[in-house]
Amino acid sequence: MIAGLIFAVSIMTLLQFFVSYSRSLIAQSQGHELSEQAREICGLTGEAVTVEQFRRLEQLIALCPEPGGDGFEVRAVATYFRLVSLAHILLSWAIPSAAPWIEAERGGCAHAAAVVLDRRIAYSRMMLEQQTNH
Amino acid sequence: MLGPVDYVLVFAGFAVHVCALVCLLRKRAFAQHFTLILYLCFSIAVGIGRCSVQRTAGFTSDAYLYFYFYSDALTTICLYFVLMTLYAHVFSEMGVSKQVRGGAMLLLAGTAGVSYYMVAASSDRLITHFVVELGQNLYFVGVLLTYLLWGAMVKLRENRTRLMQIVLSMGVYLSLFAGSYALGNLYPKLPVWHYLYPLINMWLPVSWTYTFLKVPDDARIATARVLAPTR
Repeated sequence: MIAGLIFAVSIMTLLQFFVSYSRSLIAQSQGHELSEQAREICGLTGEAVTVEQFRRLEQLIALCPEPGGDGFEVRAVATYFRLVSLAHILLSWAIPSAAPWIEAERGGCAHAAAVVLDRRIAYSRMMLEQQTNH
Repeated sequence: MLGPVDYVLVFAGFAVHVCALVCLLRKRAFAQHFTLILYLCFSIAVGIGRCSVQRTAGFTSDAYLYFYFYSDALTTICLYFVLMTLYAHVFSEMGVSKQVRGGAMLLLAGTAGVSYYMVAASSDRLITHFVVELGQNLYFVGVLLTYLLWGAMVKLRENRTRLMQIVLSMGVYLSLFAGSYALGNLYPKLPVWHYLYPLINMWLPVSWTYTFLKVPDDARIATARVLAPTR
C-alpha cells in the first residue's frame, strides 16, 4: 500500500522534474539566432524551426563531430521531444486544448536541436580551417 | 556470477563519477559545492567497496546484499548533505541556514525511526526488509525535500541556471530511485532491477558534468521560462 503510494507520487514528481529540467536545457538556446549557414544546411525556409524538422536535425547532428559535452543535452532534448510526442498522441483526442502547449514544447525542442547543430557546424568549419592552415 | 554487461555498467558508473569529480575540481567548485564533491568521493569509494565485497563474498551473498543496501542508505544521507547545501544557497540572503540544517537532521532521524518502526511492527522482522524499506523511505523523503526546495526557488524567483539544473537533476534522480525502490518492494523478483539501478546511478554525475562544463557560473535564466512553455 505504502510502496504503491510512494511509486505513484514518485512518478508524478519525476515527470515534473524531468519536464522542468528539459525546459531549463531548451531555454538556454532560446535567445540564440541561427546562422545563415546552419539555416541553409538544415533547409530552413521560415523564421522558426518546425516540429517536423526535428528528426532531420537529429540525423544531421549525428553526422557532425561533437565539440565536447553536448551529447548529453542532445539526448535529454530528444527524450523530452519523444515524451511530449507521446503526450501529443495520447492527449490530442482527450484534451484538445492541450495541443497548442504540446506544439510549443515540441517547437522548443526543435529549436534547441537546431542550435546544437549550428554549434557543431561552426566547430566543424573551425576544425577544417585549422587543418587547411597547417 | 557477473556477465559482461554488468562489468560494463560497473566500469561506466565508476568512469562517470571520476569524470564528474575531475570536472568539478577543474571548475574550482570545491569551496562552493563541497558537498557535491563529498558525495562523488563517497560514491566512488562505495563503488570500489562493492566490487571488492563482490569479489570476495560473491554477488548473491548476504554480505554483498547488506553492503549494497547499507552503503546505498549512507550515499542517500550524503545526498541529504548536498540538499542542505542547496537549501543554504537558495536561502543564503535570509540567514536561515542553521534552521535548515537542524530541520534536515530531524527529518533524517525521523525517517530512520519510522522505517524501523514499520519493519519492527511487521511479523517477519527481517533486517534485510528494514534496509530496503529504509532506502525507499530515505529516497522518498529526499524527493519531498527537493520538491519543497524547487517550490521555494520558484516562489523566490531564483534565476541561477547552475543551481536550478543541480536541484532539478537531483529531483529526477531521487524520484527515479524512490519509484524504482517502491516498485522493487512490490515486485522484487523482476530482473530489470539488476540493470536499472546502476543506470540510474549514472544520472547525477553525468548531469552535473554537463552543468559544470556547459553552464557558466554567472548564467541566469528566468524561472518562468522553465515553468511555462518555451515559445
